[in-house]
Amino acid sequence: MVKIEQLHKSYITGKNSLHVLKGIDLYVEEGEMVSIMGSSGSGKSTLLNILGILDTYDEGSYYLAGELVRNMNEKKAALYRNRTLGFIFQQFNLIPFKNALENVALPLYYQKVSRKKRNQVALEYLDKVGLKDWAHHMPNELSGGQKQRVAIARALISKPKIILADEPTGALDSVTSYEVMNILKEVNNEGITMMIVTHEHDISEMTQRVIHLKDGLIEKNITNRHN
Amino acid sequence: MFDIDLYREVWQAISKNRLRSTLTAFGVLWGIFMLVVLHGAGNGLENGITKNFSGFATNSAFIWAEKTSKPYKGFKEGRQWSMSNKDIVALKQEVPEIEYIVPRLNGWRQNGQNNTLYKDRYGTFSYKGDYPDLAKVQAFDMIHGRFLNEIDLAESRKVCVIGPRVAEVLFPHGENPVGEYIRMSGVYFKIVGVFNVSNSNRNDRRQEIHIPFTTMQKAFNYGDIVHYFAFTAHEGNKVSVLENKIMDIVKERNNVAPDDPQAIGHFNVETRYEQMSKLFQGIDILTFIVGLGTLLAGVIGISNIMLVVVKERTVEIGIKRAIGATPLSIIKQIMIESVILTLSAGYIGLTLGILLNEGLGAIMAQNPDSVLLNPGIDLKTGLISLAVIVTSGAMAGLLPATRAIKVKPIDAIRGE
Repeated sequence: MVKIEQLHKSYITGKNSLHVLKGIDLYVEEGEMVSIMGSSGSGKSTLLNILGILDTYDEGSYYLAGELVRNMNEKKAALYRNRTLGFIFQQFNLIPFKNALENVALPLYYQKVSRKKRNQVALEYLDKVGLKDWAHHMPNELSGGQKQRVAIARALISKPKIILADEPTGALDSVTSYEVMNILKEVNNEGITMMIVTHEHDISEMTQRVIHLKDGLIEKNITNRHN
Repeated sequence: MFDIDLYREVWQAISKNRLRSTLTAFGVLWGIFMLVVLHGAGNGLENGITKNFSGFATNSAFIWAEKTSKPYKGFKEGRQWSMSNKDIVALKQEVPEIEYIVPRLNGWRQNGQNNTLYKDRYGTFSYKGDYPDLAKVQAFDMIHGRFLNEIDLAESRKVCVIGPRVAEVLFPHGENPVGEYIRMSGVYFKIVGVFNVSNSNRNDRRQEIHIPFTTMQKAFNYGDIVHYFAFTAHEGNKVSVLENKIMDIVKERNNVAPDDPQAIGHFNVETRYEQMSKLFQGIDILTFIVGLGTLLAGVIGISNIMLVVVKERTVEIGIKRAIGATPLSIIKQIMIESVILTLSAGYIGLTLGILLNEGLGAIMAQNPDSVLLNPGIDLKTGLISLAVIVTSGAMAGLLPATRAIKVKPIDAIRGE
């Protein structure tokens, strides 16, 4: 599903160049649930953003579902983000002036699905994350866990091949964190590849494989036996 | 293609961000409103002052004799001279540029206290001996009967045309004075017409009685002298040039020094009119600059508000891009949002401005002496300014959109 070879990424701020990713090689199979760990500044979020075509890379190659992603034009990138990728963010990133249902339905709007049809599908997905009754609430009327579940429903609605989650439980307490992780595991059981960036060990414990990043390089690649 | 979903999206973005939308809209509304009101008031002022010229042909001038200020051909300075019928005849022959020439006698000697009687009523009015062509130079709005005609003049008929004030005093019950006889300085004249004066600046004309020029000369013993004459120029001739030519001829015919600056009095409507026209041009330019300034301020206001929301918008756009919005769909939505906002605000501003102008016009219309008459703007000006502000509104919307498109989606989401 994901193949990365010798990936390099630097941030240039003024005269200073910050080498964040220093040659990453990574292979993730379809249906895998992988977590990426590392201290802050290790480059884990940068890696995830590159995987999600939200950011560019300098050197190396990145194949997503068999296709090389490099200097992709914005229109094509939008298509990939819409159909192949699903995002879950630490800060949920819901559109504040849209209710839960409209937020979930938005990816289908960009697929030109009719309003009636996409609201119907969105309601199904909200039901899936247990928020059917909250469909018409605005984001600011929802708790953190609920918001993240709305965001998960939004990421799932376009039936992506891979879900990229950047600290999905970072803003949640442990109980809701486990709830969210259970939903993500269910999603993974349906065959969707899952890549989660986290710095919490108990979260990474729940995934099949843990990739440890340190100073822009993969330090350890541990497969969790119990999974 | 009409995309109802797109407009739903646009409407949601506008209505859910009420403060932002209101501020933007107000900037546009105010700009258009001020432009319409200012420009409308300028136009109204022009209309009002132009009205004061109504009743006079703008290609006309007046000439009369004054005391000479230079000795010439044996005459001393300070001589009181008069023009005569012969001068008029000569001018008609010698100056083809003249369209109409209308001499006049003022009945100064007859203008004593209570000079005019009808039955037991009397009043003090001023007599004018005129040619029928006077109606070509000065507008006569006849409410009863007719103005003087050529037969009246040729036969020196004792007929008269009276002003509205004369009719009021002598015929206070609103009866039709035409056909009645009035005694003017001891001579009976038959009334053949009554005229009205709508220009409040010419209230002196309300108490005039016009009689045929020839009758004036004979009945009141003025010989063949002419007190003054008005003339108009044929199209294509400047009255000011013609005026000088005529004055030279008149001076020569009456043994007045050609370089005597005081011997002839003259008044040129065209020159006055041109001065006023220049004033209006100035006012036009001023209101244009001020109006453009307010319009510009409105545009800058929109752009400012749009810039203020760049960050907020940037995050929203970043999120939308992360879930698959194409750049085109984002630019399209924001531009339509911006255009709808400015268009509706501009329309309201235009309407309010026009309403204020109309209201002002209605109030001013009640007072005949007001300086403003029918304030308002023409449709073209309104539409152009609306187009300007809508275009700039669209541009203002384009700015945050393109900025958010240019940055990497992840930077947009982070609001950087």
